Amino acid sequence: MKYGRSRFLTIMLFLGFTFLYVPLILLIIYSFNYSKLVPVWGGWSFRWYYVLFDSPDVWKAVSLSLKIALVNATFATILGTLAGLAMVRFGRFKGRTLFGGMLVAPLVMPEVITGLSLLVFFISLKQLIGWPSERGFTTITIAHITFSLAYVAVIIQARLTGMGETLEEAAADLGAKPFKVMTSITLPRLAPGMFSGWLLAFTLSLDDLVIASFVTGPGANTLPILIFSRIRLGLRPDINALATIIILFVAILVAIAAVILFRQQKRDLLDQEMANLEE
Amino acid sequence: MIQTDLSNEPSQNFIQTFRRLLNRVQSSWKTIVVLVPFVWLLIFFLAPFFIVAKISLAELVIASPPYSKMIEWLDGGIITIKLVFDNFIYIFEDPLYARTYLNSIKIASISTLFCLLIGYPVAYGIVRSSRTIKPLLLFAIILPFWTSFILRVYAWMGLLADQGTINNLLIYLGITETPIRMLYTEFAVYIGIVYTYLPFMILPLYANMEKLDATLNEAAADLGSGPINTFIKVTLPLTIPGIIAGSLLVFIPATGEYVIPDLLGGGNVQMIGRQLYNEFARNIDWPVASAVAIVLLLLLVLPMAVYQHYQGKAAEGF
Repeated sequence: MKYGRSRFLTIMLFLGFTFLYVPLILLIIYSFNYSKLVPVWGGWSFRWYYVLFDSPDVWKAVSLSLKIALVNATFATILGTLAGLAMVRFGRFKGRTLFGGMLVAPLVMPEVITGLSLLVFFISLKQLIGWPSERGFTTITIAHITFSLAYVAVIIQARLTGMGETLEEAAADLGAKPFKVMTSITLPRLAPGMFSGWLLAFTLSLDDLVIASFVTGPGANTLPILIFSRIRLGLRPDINALATIIILFVAILVAIAAVILFRQQKRDLLDQEMANLEE
Repeated sequence: MIQTDLSNEPSQNFIQTFRRLLNRVQSSWKTIVVLVPFVWLLIFFLAPFFIVAKISLAELVIASPPYSKMIEWLDGGIITIKLVFDNFIYIFEDPLYARTYLNSIKIASISTLFCLLIGYPVAYGIVRSSRTIKPLLLFAIILPFWTSFILRVYAWMGLLADQGTINNLLIYLGITETPIRMLYTEFAVYIGIVYTYLPFMILPLYANMEKLDATLNEAAADLGSGPINTFIKVTLPLTIPGIIAGSLLVFIPATGEYVIPDLLGGGNVQMIGRQLYNEFARNIDWPVASAVAIVLLLLLVLPMAVYQHYQGKAAEGF
């Protein structure tokens, strides 16, 4: 689309972004409020950040959430990349429809259903084979990998479609076997997509409350579970401080991912032009 | 000669086996690529639903886990299979559940409509922006989608509370003297859903609109069509896949939403996701919770199938 925006569209863009960002900006501003009552302004202060850093519960939850997020992101990226490759590059295979369905369903499935089904699954499994012996890190990580891999697969599928197959075809013409083409051309070009998939899986895991609440066991509180149990009773200034740190942390991660993807897209265009020239 | 042959044989053999193994991996790697994620999803995504279905047909018992066994071995090797439909009958007979399901569908539908009304012009505005700021605007849409969901809901608690920012502003401006009750009402739930799910609407719409051919609009304009007429007759019909994908991406998860009705609706807004969680966590009635989940799943199967059909067409923008 080439033409510029009408005034109506510009106004809607402005209103849309105001709606998206004002609540977050206010949340951040109030984290620097001295007052114990969140909406009553009592002057600028770092008081609630000190309170936050002094609470061991928060640190325990942060470390559990980060551990789960790291393991989840790594496994989800591997499985999601394999799934994306299978869907885009392998043509028809047995069970493709079921596979495609299972890759899409986690994106829209209400979390209460996923959470409940995984919990009863883990309990039945424990009765059957004695594993997992206790719920916590392992069960939450498995649950997170299961829905994160679907998101990674979406990114990988979009990247594979966008990349086209010109370079792969050129390599095959020059005598490279399919496995060689995959490892030395497709996968390296897919690396930025895998990286942003990893980051998405990482943040999805840090973010999940409902599924983790179902499959966790006694004593294993992730950060969202801790936040939820505190804010159910009302506003808390230390949660504003925690929110500010989380929002800034995620914003930096996403910005890095965006820059890497943007650069890669430019390089892709160049690569494809080169391949076309050689033809 | 014989000696060298003998000494060479094992290593030759080894190399050959290694080669054969390598060939095997190279020819069967495609199977491995498909099988690993496929098996993972079969075990951890599909199998659990069958267990939920099984428990929904069991009775509540005071035990751990709190449901009766479906298959039991009696003395003499007789197997009994017991299916109890009481949980489903209970759900259909108690008007509370019917009302809660309908209320969830109503809230999800209206929220989806508002997401569309806000999201469509925003997505179109981004598509029509210049090439330099387009990636920035898109980034600004995706950013809140990546930041914590629960904190975005919490942000609205601060805005909507009786002593919250909006009421403080209204009182300061003299528009009202006593705070207007907004938090813990259905209104707050609508705001929460529209706010948190808006990026899910904008992204598929953007992906769809981005691929539209601008020459069609030019052709329509050349033939004397005004901008509004062109929009209704050209742009709108071409973005229907995006509208459907975006709407379902909001509607389906919003129907089963638990956190938003719990935090912003308090006890005043009945939604089925919250009901399910309460049956499971408060009443410890797993069979009924499972039956509630199965009915919800059946209600959402059709929208999910439609979504799968359209997501390839529109949702490549993640």
